[in-house]
Amino acid sequence: MSLASTQSVAEIKARNKQLIDEVLKVYPEKTAKRRAKHLNVHEVGKSDCGVKSNLKSIPGVMTIRGCAYAGSKGVVWGPIKDMIHISHGPVGCGQYSWGSRRNYYVGTTGIDTFGTMQFTSDFQEKDIVFGGDKKLVKVIDEIQDLFPLSRGITIQSECPIGLIGDDIEAVSRAKSKEYGGKTIVPVRCEGFRGVSQSLGHHIANDAVRDWVFDKITPEAERRFESTPYDVAIIGDYNIGGDAWSSRILLEEMGLRVIAQWSGDGSLAELEATPKAKLNILHCYRSMNYISRHMEEKFGIPWCEYNFFGPSKIADSLRKIASFFDDKIKEGAERVIAKYQPLMDAVIAKYRPRLEGKSVMLFVGGLRPRHVIGAYEDLGMEVVGTGYEFGHNDDYQRTAQHYVKDGTLIYDDVTGYEFERFVEKIQPDLVGSGIKEKYVFQKMGVPFRQMHSWDYSGPYHGYDGFAIFARDMDMAINSPIWKKTRAPWKDAPRPSLMAAE
Amino acid sequence: MTQNAENVLDHFELFRGPEYQQMLANKRALFENAHDPAEVERIREWAKTPEYREKNFAREELTINPAKACQPLGAVFASVGFESTLPFVHGSQGCVAYYRSHLSRHFKEPTSCVSSSMTEDAAVFGGLKNMIDGLANSYNMYKPKMIAVSTTCMAEVIGDDLNAFIKTSKEEGSVPAKFDVPFAHTPAFVGSHVTGYDNALKGIIEHFWDGKAGSEPKLERQPNKKINFIGGFDGYTVGNIREIKRIFELMGIEYTILADNSDVFDTPTDGEFRMYDGGTTLKDAANAINAKATVSMQQYCTEKTLPFIESHGQQVVAFNHPVGVSATDDFLMTLSRITGKSIPKGLEQERGRLVDAMADSSAHIHGKKFAIYGDPDLCYGLAGFLLELGAEPTHVLSTNGTKAWEEKMQALFASSQFGKDCHAYPGRDLWHMRSLLFTEPVDFLIGNTYGKYLERDTGTPLIRIGFPVFDRHHHHRYPVWGYQGGMNVLVKILDKIFEEIDKNTNVVGKTDYSFDIIR
Repeated sequence: MSLASTQSVAEIKARNKQLIDEVLKVYPEKTAKRRAKHLNVHEVGKSDCGVKSNLKSIPGVMTIRGCAYAGSKGVVWGPIKDMIHISHGPVGCGQYSWGSRRNYYVGTTGIDTFGTMQFTSDFQEKDIVFGGDKKLVKVIDEIQDLFPLSRGITIQSECPIGLIGDDIEAVSRAKSKEYGGKTIVPVRCEGFRGVSQSLGHHIANDAVRDWVFDKITPEAERRFESTPYDVAIIGDYNIGGDAWSSRILLEEMGLRVIAQWSGDGSLAELEATPKAKLNILHCYRSMNYISRHMEEKFGIPWCEYNFFGPSKIADSLRKIASFFDDKIKEGAERVIAKYQPLMDAVIAKYRPRLEGKSVMLFVGGLRPRHVIGAYEDLGMEVVGTGYEFGHNDDYQRTAQHYVKDGTLIYDDVTGYEFERFVEKIQPDLVGSGIKEKYVFQKMGVPFRQMHSWDYSGPYHGYDGFAIFARDMDMAINSPIWKKTRAPWKDAPRPSLMAAE
Repeated sequence: MTQNAENVLDHFELFRGPEYQQMLANKRALFENAHDPAEVERIREWAKTPEYREKNFAREELTINPAKACQPLGAVFASVGFESTLPFVHGSQGCVAYYRSHLSRHFKEPTSCVSSSMTEDAAVFGGLKNMIDGLANSYNMYKPKMIAVSTTCMAEVIGDDLNAFIKTSKEEGSVPAKFDVPFAHTPAFVGSHVTGYDNALKGIIEHFWDGKAGSEPKLERQPNKKINFIGGFDGYTVGNIREIKRIFELMGIEYTILADNSDVFDTPTDGEFRMYDGGTTLKDAANAINAKATVSMQQYCTEKTLPFIESHGQQVVAFNHPVGVSATDDFLMTLSRITGKSIPKGLEQERGRLVDAMADSSAHIHGKKFAIYGDPDLCYGLAGFLLELGAEPTHVLSTNGTKAWEEKMQALFASSQFGKDCHAYPGRDLWHMRSLLFTEPVDFLIGNTYGKYLERDTGTPLIRIGFPVFDRHHHHRYPVWGYQGGMNVLVKILDKIFEEIDKNTNVVGKTDYSFDIIR
């Protein structure tokens, strides 16, 4: 049982406030003042979590954040499987993001599908000096020659592109014309833009609007007959197959998923999306922009949903169904009822092993709030959370629907703060990313990577929840955590003892 | 329903269920605008042909699946090899997130590194302010003994001057005047991660030896008997450096390992997070000027560092990631020659044991064809070992290899009858390798994790040796240098050969007459 759950809310709040004061002491004055705005203790009833967000990270601290390129190529565009995404610039960005998000897809890689490949213009010094547009022209020609079945190309700009003033838009237009209107999308997602990967999501969404939607051909429009039940999944990247374990539920309730964004997605699906009757949005942060655009331009309503854990899944299925007729509403009830026995069995098996355990989260996108319900379904409590690149509207949603009174909130947490918080609070589990994983495991704290599902998954949907529950049990109750202290040293810290 | 609570199925099994298979088939048929399967098959076959290979090798500007990373990664790798040193990357922060993830995924260890978080305003006005604030923050939060600065492509394109920036930051009081802040310019559009390793290491040594950026007198060399050792960018640094220390101790050699990151990439799990662990002490880094000689295990990782050291009066010698008997012999004899220490009986016995093992097993390797890819030195070392096992390193490909490397490789091939039909491919990538494997097949492929795509496409079994290895655990703990290291490499190769034989002979009643239990 964690320290957190043995204290009253008032005690927890006092402790958390003191913790924030303590970590701020280490910074130079100016930095402490800036960081103070990003740390808070949640007060129940407030409309947001009381922290500033989406501001520039402070130089010299160990931020967990990435860049606009990571947001565009790594998150939004990369999973579109039948297009070739050029990492335009030096070799590194493409290399480090190669296959690392685990966006699952089906297709013949290298022939009609390119998701786990690294295409780069591999800039050399001469390209910086003389500009890279000519190189880009040739890169596109060579792609066309070697990969005739690619449906399109995107140009994902790395830092130097914007700095040296290359005109990738002109190249895209000219090459598209030359190749019979082939979709070629320039994306200005240079890593120095914005304060995190968040701007990259927005830029990528805008590129879909300007270079896909605005150029849809009549041929693309006629690919299938519409039905009243057509929906599009927006903001699911199919990590470990998440979008598949979500899609199956929507189809079982009688809807037809005409597009997936962007995990296991294809250009045809992007083009078909304006025909959807409803866009259902999982990762609000990365894809609210394009959802709002489709609402304004095509009149397509959108709704957010959360497919982590049976409580939120049931709520979400009903919410989605509410946009449709009784057939779909009945379908939602049928799906909820169908999976109830599975959920009962999963909870019966794992809840006794996880009840009362505390969790601290620090992740990106929707996860700092969306997974809270799944932990609660297992009797666990999230005692601290924060967003890598959230905006104020994320913190509003978190405050209004997810976190409890007294929860410690840390926006764009620095490595130093996160380590001190975990050290003092001693949660039973930390959920964050690869850069944090080994830090906390060295400290003897069980950990799960909540970006990549620690190479497991899916975690979305009913099928995914069974895996989620198993994985959390596996992490927290692994016998290894009893062995972190040598037996000839002090006894293990009681808070880290596994449940028997 | 596919899933069940009693035996939870994860992605390996879950999506093979009939509901999911049907769902995916529908998605493809209705919404993906997929190509006709016959057309996909036609192109797939075409992409295996000599005609496609010719097109593929005619590429001039497109790089596909390169086997290299960028300079700053190498700079970070070298920098964490010094006592309580925080690598500070001047540029945009996303890069640092990538370096930290990349190294952590390989070593399964934390990687600590900060950046100056430059954004649009820095792109316009330069990153001086970011440097001033960043150094102050890092110094206060992480209490390092040294901050080693390198750059990203962004800082290089806008032309930030590290020397001047660091000087100004010190004047502004970001860190004390005497605090060590060595630096190196490491543009991502020049060379690769091995270049970055070289530049950062040279920057650090230069800082200590040449008067700390003009703030102190240059060091006067007072020769002693010590040997400096540089490992280079090496995915096996944990096992290799420890093996080298053991060899030095057996030989009674006094040594300094420069950029010794073997401990920081292998900290224990005991309840404490060590942000810094081990590493070359700053005192040793300075005193290294007095050494008799400096030995680099990887020529192409020290192309600038070694001449710099040599210019300070030391003897320098470079190897090419020595693997196997002859390469280790050469390494030990060189050490012996430089230090005057004899090679002890213990090492001679280890040598005999490796020769013994090779004699016992070489029949299974002799005449087999291999393709190798990776960093230039590693490729050279592995090819040399294969030649001495009687194998043929048929295609040796290094994306960051140069013309000079190619010539050196070809000379190695020419030195052995087994190298007759072997070729080196500098500046090529893994999509070129794919064409090579289809048009001139080999028996086995040696390289990093990304080779699994080549293994899948071409059916060439992959032996994982290189960096990064993300999808197998703990290989970095086992040395590949020295006779013991050679033994590890030999076993790895043999295991794969035997697994393949078993896989090809395990059909009951058909092929299992060769499913032998004795080999």
